[in-house]
Order: sequence, then C-alpha cells, then structure tokens
Amino acid sequence: MKVLVPIKRVIDFNVKVRVKADHSNVDLANVKMAINPFCEIAVEEAVRLKEAGTATEVIAVSIGAKACQEQLRTALALGADRAIHIETELTLDAINIAKLLQKIVEEEQPQLVILGKQSIDSDNNQTGQMLAALTNMAQGTFASEVKIDGDKVNVTREVDGGLQTVALNLPAIVTTDLRLNEPRYASLPNIMKAKRKPLDVKPADSFGIDLSPRTQILKVTPPAEREAGIIVESIDELVQKLKNEAKVIS
Amino acid sequence: MAAAMLNDRDVEFMLYELFNTDSLCQRERYQDHDRQTFNDVLKTAKRIAEKEFLPIRQKLDKHQPTFDGKTISLIPELKPALEVLRGSGLTSATADYEYDGMQLPPIVASIASAYLWIAGGNSIGYSLLTNANANLLQAHGNKELIEKWVKPLRSGCYSGTMAMSEPGCGSSLGDLITRATRDENGNYRITGSKIFISGGDHNLSENIVHLVLARIAGAPIGVKGISLFVVPKYLVDDNGVIGEENEVALAGLFHKMGGSSQTSTALSFGEKNGSIGYLVGEENRGLQYMFHMMNEARIMVGSGAAALALAGFQYSLDYAKNRSQGRLPSSKDPLSPMVNIIEHADVRRMLLAQKAYAEGSLALVLYGTQLSDDSHTAATEDERSYAHLLLDFLTPVIKTWPSEYGPEANDLAIQVLGGHGYINEHPVELFYRDNRLNSIHEGTTAIQSLDLLARKVPMNNLAGYLATLAEIKKTMAIANEFEQLHGYANELNDAVETLKQTTNALLTAMKTQNIDLVLANSVKYLELFGHVVIAWLWLKQGIVAIRGLLDQPHSEDEAFYRGKVQTLKYFYRFELPQIYAWSTLLVNLDSSSFDMEEHWF
Repeated sequence: MKVLVPIKRVIDFNVKVRVKADHSNVDLANVKMAINPFCEIAVEEAVRLKEAGTATEVIAVSIGAKACQEQLRTALALGADRAIHIETELTLDAINIAKLLQKIVEEEQPQLVILGKQSIDSDNNQTGQMLAALTNMAQGTFASEVKIDGDKVNVTREVDGGLQTVALNLPAIVTTDLRLNEPRYASLPNIMKAKRKPLDVKPADSFGIDLSPRTQILKVTPPAEREAGIIVESIDELVQKLKNEAKVIS
Repeated sequence: MAAAMLNDRDVEFMLYELFNTDSLCQRERYQDHDRQTFNDVLKTAKRIAEKEFLPIRQKLDKHQPTFDGKTISLIPELKPALEVLRGSGLTSATADYEYDGMQLPPIVASIASAYLWIAGGNSIGYSLLTNANANLLQAHGNKELIEKWVKPLRSGCYSGTMAMSEPGCGSSLGDLITRATRDENGNYRITGSKIFISGGDHNLSENIVHLVLARIAGAPIGVKGISLFVVPKYLVDDNGVIGEENEVALAGLFHKMGGSSQTSTALSFGEKNGSIGYLVGEENRGLQYMFHMMNEARIMVGSGAAALALAGFQYSLDYAKNRSQGRLPSSKDPLSPMVNIIEHADVRRMLLAQKAYAEGSLALVLYGTQLSDDSHTAATEDERSYAHLLLDFLTPVIKTWPSEYGPEANDLAIQVLGGHGYINEHPVELFYRDNRLNSIHEGTTAIQSLDLLARKVPMNNLAGYLATLAEIKKTMAIANEFEQLHGYANELNDAVETLKQTTNALLTAMKTQNIDLVLANSVKYLELFGHVVIAWLWLKQGIVAIRGLLDQPHSEDEAFYRGKVQTLKYFYRFELPQIYAWSTLLVNLDSSSFDMEEHWF
C-alpha cells in the first residue's frame, strides 16, 4: 500500500511572527522555517504504517519554492522513501494546492493520503477536504487514531462532543490532529540517508492547471499590544469603568 | 513559556556568522553535509534534550545513585533516555562513517552537546566517556583489542571509563602505584585502588571497559613508567560472550555536590589473583596515550562550563523579564505598579556580566573546537600544523577561563533570582553546583596555569604564544576599519602590550630568579591571558555585529547585534582593565602568597 503525505513549509512555531512594515504580509525574511507540525504528525503516521508492514512506500510531496526541499528532506529523514517537489514561486490557494495534489494522486495511485488538518500559518483547514472532493475519495478528518482493517481504514476523529470513529473505504484521505502520535527524532544516520533518497522536482505549471489566485491579501495586522493595567481607587470606580469604558456590564 | 536552554539566534550567530561553519562543507570529510544537515542534527539534539532529559533533570539531581553493598541503583528513567540518545547517533556524531558516525564537524556537535549537557547534566557523561574510551582504543589499541572491545562500546552494549586517579595521587600521576604483572598467558594481572572513576559502576550496560593506568614491575619511576590496560568488569571470550567477573570491585560511591547523576566510584582491582588486563600499545607509554585525547578532553570541560553558564544566563534573563518587584529609585509613588526586575540597572549589570562570560566562553570553546578540527581536516599541511600550534598553546585557556567564569556567571544567575535562586525550585543552583567541578577535573586551574606559563609559552621559541598574538593583531586590523570599534581595538592593543611586558618580565625572571617564586602567581598570569583572549573574541563578535547592523537588519536582528556591541563595551569597561592590577603583581613577582608561612595562618 502506497501512502502519500503532502507537507507544507511554514514559519517555525517557536518564532515570534513579525508583520511587514507596509502590512502587506507576514515578514519571512531570515525567519526560521520548519515542517508544519500537523504535517510532521502525518509523516510519522505513514512511517509507522510502513514499519508495521501495512504500507509499502511512503511518498512525501510539497508545493512551493525551492526552499521547501528542506522540509522534504526532513520528511525523508523521518522515514519517507521518496519525495516529490512541485516547484512554484506563486503563493497558492488551498484549492490550487488540492488540484495539484489531485494530479499527484492520479499519478501515484496511493491507497492512503495522510495530511495535516491545517497549517499553522494560514490555518485554513481546507486542503484535505478539497482533495477528497476532487479525487472522490472518502475522508476522515482530525484523526487521533488510524487503523487499517483490510480494505477499510478506521479513523477516530476528534469532534466537538468527544470522539467519533468512522470506517472509510480505501483509498481514503486522513487529516491529522495533534494527538495522533508523537513524531520521532530524526536520527543522525537517517538525516544523512535522506540526502541520498530520490527527490523529483516537477514545475507546477507543467500540470496544466490555472494557478491564478482566488483570494488576495489586503492587509495583515499584528494583534493589538496589551496595554498596561491601572489600579482603581474603589469598587465603585471599578463598576463605573466596567460600565462606561469597557461596556461589559450595564 | 519556559526559559530557552540556549539562545537559538546566538547559536546561529556563532556557527554561521562568527565561525563560518558553512565553509566546512567544502572539505572532503564534510562534503555530504550542508547547513540543513547541521540544523537537523541540532533540532534532534534539542528535542531529545527537551523531551528525554529536561523532565528528569531535577529527579536525577535529587536522587543520587545508591549502593547497597552489592549493586548500584540509578533512577529507572535514566536508562531509556540514554538509549534514545544512543539510538539517535548523537553520541558518535563526529566519528567516521565506518564506525557508525556521521562525520559531523565537531563545532556543530559541540552545540548539540551543549543542549544535552544543559538538560541531562552529567548523565550525558556515560555516553561521552564511552565514546572517548572507544576513540582512545581505536587510536592506540591493536586489531585484536579493537575487534573485541570497540564494537560493543560503539554499539552501546558496553560502557567505558578512564581509571587514572588513586587515593594517593590525583594531579600527580607520576606517583601512581597500581601494579601490573605479566602472567603465564602473556596477559597482565592488575592490582590496586582507583578513585573518582566516573561511571566506574552502574546498571546501564552489559559490561564496563576500564582503561587503567598501572605500573609494570620494574618500570622506570615517574610518568615514564606508566602503562595503559583494558580491564573489563566481566571477562569476555573470543566469541564475545560475557563470562566471569574480573575482580573489579566497587569499594564505594562518592557523594558529589553536583553532577550527581554520573556515579563517581572507588574501584579495587584484583584483590585475589589480580584482574586480567590487556596492554594497550606499548609498555610505559600509557600516559602519552591517555593524554593523546587531552586537548579534546580539556576543550570538552570548557565547553560543558560554557553550556551551563549559558543556561543560567537564559534562565535568569527569562526570570528577570517576568518577575515584578520594587520600583525605580526615581519613582516616589508607592501605589505605582511594580517594575519587572530587568528594569533595575543592577539586574541588567548582572545579566550583562553573565552574557559577557557565557557568550565569551562559548566563542572561545567553539574556536578551540574548530582549531582541533582544523588540525585534522584543514586543506594543507601548513594550515593543519598552524591550527595545532594555536590549539596546543591555548588549551589551558580554553579549559580554564570558562571553568572559572562559568560558575561566576551561575553565581550571578542565582543572585538575579534572589531567594528563589537559592532553592531547588529553580535550576540555577544546580547549574552552579554542576559547573563547580570544571575548574578541578582534567587538570586544575593551577596546573593549567603552570602548563601555560612554564611550558606552553617558552615552547618552540615562543611559537604558540607569538602565533596567538598575531591572530589577535589580525582582528585589531579589521576592527580598525570600523569607526565604532576604533576605541576597542586601541584598548585591546594596550592590553596586548601589557601582556607582552608581563610575559617578558616573567620569562626573564624564570632564568634569573627563584623559579618557585616566579611561578607563585601563575594563576593570575593565566587569568590575565584569558581576559585578553576573551576581549579579543568579543572584538571579533563586535565586528560581525557592526557589519550586521550596517546591513539594515530587521528589528529583532538589530536588537540582537546591539546586544553584542553593548556586551563588548561591558567587557572592555568592567573586565579588561583588571589585567593591569594582575600585571603589576606578576611583574613585581609579588610574594604575598609565597612568603606566607604555614604557622602564620
């Protein structure tokens, strides 16, 4: 069984995000980047399936500028067998990502696609669902447990009220939640081996898809700085302020 | 968010801006590497430190190893953590591919180790010692020894120690009395007692391989009659099967003020028939073999001291940014909100001092680590021997300055936290206790100072000394290209002149005066030399920072570079001028200590 794991290069979660002075976007100059944490969990799950003998091959795929090959190398160091880089300088909407992934799914015919439920930069939570629709595959989102059972996969989902387990026919799409697993450490020998694993590069415009953006970023502003508090003289003053200034009581 | 172990921005600065680690990838040995493999290794090291060792750091400290007369017990969480560490390949990262290493440049491995030291303390020592033991056997053992012992050491089935000190001799190894006598099978029988053997016994591995210094019957007296032996805890047959005990008895455990997760043992060898020992290399050359790795071992001590200094700095910095207490002297309103303690100038002084000591030490140990690497892997023979010359000369400084000023930094970290620094709810007192060993082991500060002044300076017509001064001069020339650094370059120049005058005075006195008196203040000479070297490395950092600032960095980088330049200033104002007082003591052959008589105390 082939497993396809789409991954995304994002700003490292430890980094304090800066906004560009002209508010056009987040400032990524000289910023540490990393594999999206949800995607790392997806890679780990796929590698575990391989180690369990369920999966035969794990293919990592990423879409973006040349630099995202770094994250593909990370996926290879964690145990993916080979990688595909769809190269583009464009910033793509989720729908265009999903359309490109659809092409890869058609080429590779994986039985399972595991991907993060969302990326920590844009927080869209769309790609997995869109890919399921485009490929007409079953989907199990927000997975906290994945069990292959013959030609089905049982996915335990983290839903608002608790947990829900669904059985999906393969091929299927699973999106990962944080509790699915704890990703391993890339061992040093595997970091070195990753450099020799195959990594195919395909230009995004070779797939014949209209990649023009559907959305446009108008403005990015950082959250307001928290202002210093004040000490009030009396309860009455506090009540007055809550009423008249904060307007949280009436 | 919890305090960082290391400032990741500073790690990047040190590796890629100050020491240009990227360029190492052009060397044949490192051609498979690039910045990504370096960063991936650091990420793995940091995560293992955070996930496996940080959670047990305090428990390891509180629950010292115990000995019930038969076996040693360590907390059960340690073994799995060490297994994860070994499985990661980090402990043998710098080794050749053929020995399951990754041929990682030592300067990168040094940062990886720093994360592990900070989180795991001395428990990392089990792995490091085992690795050092295997390296030594690999370099000096015959094929048979390598086959039998190095493989299981590398795989982690066995662990290793270095058994040097004895109850009657520590610093003075020439006086050791452990005996080796040849038996009828051509092996040696070892008898004697060893103390302070780190990792000398524990339940973490199947077997323990001791490298033991002993004197063969009839060997010359002093350091020229010492041989090195492999003495395993359990004998192993030719098929690698572990057999009987080899009369290596645990006589007791020492209870240390810090670093308690690594056992420190008293071992008794061969109480009945003698422990079987296998000679390493040739007879009477044991000390040479042991000291073959000494430069590396001493850099490692300095590196550990630097790491703990950095950890204390990060912790107290985080605390100072978040702990509110008191108001500024200018504030007259008792109802005004309290300020975070970092707003008090004296707290900033203590943080600056820590930054100066800790990041200065880090720059020094990384410089030493790179010299050691260059002495093996630089492109030409000339470059290699030049690096070796500098390294050999500077080793006493690289070992000692961080070992003396690292605990000083930790002391200030405790002071920043006040009463909270004195209790074990916070790790700064642990850092201090752990760090306190470093000026003692692998040659005390006094021994290092004698090595520097009496041996290293005069050696080869002052070759190492002059090379070091030439390197400092190069940096001053570059600094003079920047207006902002002129003043510092001049001050460093003055300091170097004073160092030269002091050295010349002492070298002359060594020929004409009572040598015991001339060497009486050698520790101050080492401290003076160390301060000049650290001032030099701060100027180097200043050059990178000024260049960075000219490059219109974004706001965070700008703040980072300004912090470097401000710390440079701090060091040149508060620290460097002390050398003039030390120089006066040295040049005048001050005899305060020398003349003091025992019965006057």
